[in-house]
Amino acid sequence: MSNPNTTVATHATSAKPKLKTSAMIASIAGEGQATRSAPFGHALVELGRQKQNVIGMTADLGKYTDLHLFAKAFPERYYQMGMAEQLLMGAAAGLAHEGAQPFVTTYAVFATRRAYDFMHQAIAEDNLDVKIVCALPGLTTGYGPSHQAAEDLALMRAMPNMTVIDPCDAIDIEQMVPAIAAHNGPVYARLLRGNVPVVLDEYDYKFELGKAKLLRDGAEVLVISSGIMTMRALEVAKTLEKDRIGVAVLHVPTIKPLDTETILREAKRQGRLVVVAENHTVIGGLGEAVATTLMRAGTSVPFRQVGLPDAFLDAGALPTLHDRYGISTDVMAESIRQWIK
Amino acid sequence: MQHPTTDQAVSLRERAYRIRRNALLMGEVQGQGYIGQALDIADVLAVAYFDAMRYRPEDPEWEGRDRFLLSNGHYAIALYAALLEAGILPAEELETYGSDDSRLPMSGMASYTPGMEMSGGSLGHGLTIAVGRCLGLKRKGSDNFVYTLFSDGELDEGAIWEGILSAAHWKLDNLIAVVDVNNQQADGPSTQIMAFEPLAPKLEAFGWFTQRVDGNDIDAVAVAFRAAREHRGAQPRMIICDTRMGCGVPFLEQREKNHFIRVDADEWQLALQALEAGRQA
Repeated sequence: MSNPNTTVATHATSAKPKLKTSAMIASIAGEGQATRSAPFGHALVELGRQKQNVIGMTADLGKYTDLHLFAKAFPERYYQMGMAEQLLMGAAAGLAHEGAQPFVTTYAVFATRRAYDFMHQAIAEDNLDVKIVCALPGLTTGYGPSHQAAEDLALMRAMPNMTVIDPCDAIDIEQMVPAIAAHNGPVYARLLRGNVPVVLDEYDYKFELGKAKLLRDGAEVLVISSGIMTMRALEVAKTLEKDRIGVAVLHVPTIKPLDTETILREAKRQGRLVVVAENHTVIGGLGEAVATTLMRAGTSVPFRQVGLPDAFLDAGALPTLHDRYGISTDVMAESIRQWIK
Repeated sequence: MQHPTTDQAVSLRERAYRIRRNALLMGEVQGQGYIGQALDIADVLAVAYFDAMRYRPEDPEWEGRDRFLLSNGHYAIALYAALLEAGILPAEELETYGSDDSRLPMSGMASYTPGMEMSGGSLGHGLTIAVGRCLGLKRKGSDNFVYTLFSDGELDEGAIWEGILSAAHWKLDNLIAVVDVNNQQADGPSTQIMAFEPLAPKLEAFGWFTQRVDGNDIDAVAVAFRAAREHRGAQPRMIICDTRMGCGVPFLEQREKNHFIRVDADEWQLALQALEAGRQA
């Protein structure tokens, strides 16, 4: 107990440093970035108004995948299956057989790990019209490997009949919903939820299933990216422009089927470093898909990957983790500066 | 409810005999097969296809049909035997069983075999898909039933219990599930691999209307199927069938119990003869 007559000096070095943390469901938006709230939820409600056979299904994550908006609008078309992902996929198959078009949500980790066999055997093998839309893609939570879907794209790419999508922002998500509904067949789409950045409105862009889009051109570097890494690539491009490094950004929201024609056309342009950037492990995702595309075409280019390591990722604050794994804007820009030296 | 196109003069026992015969003929074509299971489940399939279910043989996808989901895909030989007898599969396809480019692969495939409504090779999927089918039928205001058959080994799979919980939760009174308790799975007797008895009290506790019958007493099976259809409760229905592998062919029934019963090349004809000897009108 301190003596009241003593002055206790508050010393800067003895104060505890403020610890950085992220909520499990952190927004990926930067400070001051324009965002839209729950683009998937709103888009699905709009789709539901137009298509009577659209139903929503979840495994106890309706609130956390923006599906609650659909549940509120169409309670009789919403199926809460409980925390049972294998059941979720099996039941989605059953409902699809009986004429429904299920939009099925959970976290990417749970769909692609514990329910893989059910997606593969019950849905994909029969080419059913089921749309599997999953939140927390790649490293968008600091909660740890149980929730960080670092390998989902690799797993779903390897599933026959499956279309695989990694949207960049609210605009991609809003536009992909009706596009995947119009496609007859199974789809796996990553999802950003809550307050989702709006980035692509600045560019002459429209989501088209199966198509890669060149958002900006540049002479020194071609970044081929998907998902939130397109947002990062565009920021990197603006930064490096100041150093007179021209960065082109090719956005590839559809991972499978891959728009190999556009990728090869852009990669073949002479003298550019090709960097593939993904919010995903460097194994089996967009990077290796582009690499095999180039090799099969006999196209040899300087090639680098920005992505997550083949490791169980750390828990902690997202800004820290993104810096640590090189997928933050600053670290990515610096990596590219080093590579083109 | 009698199937409208069933020849009423042909008894259920005769149907079961013909299903067993078809299965043995397919086994002979391949030289192997899950014949022990086919012989044990023939009575259940005879009741399902010739006493219980609504369907049109010439239109296997008729919307007004009752659905049949074969969760244990390796029982395909048994289901084909029933589908052949029902006229859903043409008789000349029997000899293609298990061959290249056949529509009758050893493990049931939904994408190309008429009357095969799910691909059950992986095991443990049937109840989850059945839940979805039942929900889908209710969306359409249909009064059709979904029947699903699975085996006691599948009781080890967690997804089966997800289906059991879910069906009761959604009050799926249009679901009739049958579990074949032949107490045999790949590594030995099911009750020794993962004990599941007492099974009926478990299912009742999970909210299912549950019956347990001798699966090779065809009259008892028929009564159970009818009771399952007519039960008034807002709950799914389970029929636990205790069966004897190899039933109908005494020397196979007495053979050492094996998930994949051994039948030598010269024994198929002997089996057919033994089956014929036990044939009842």
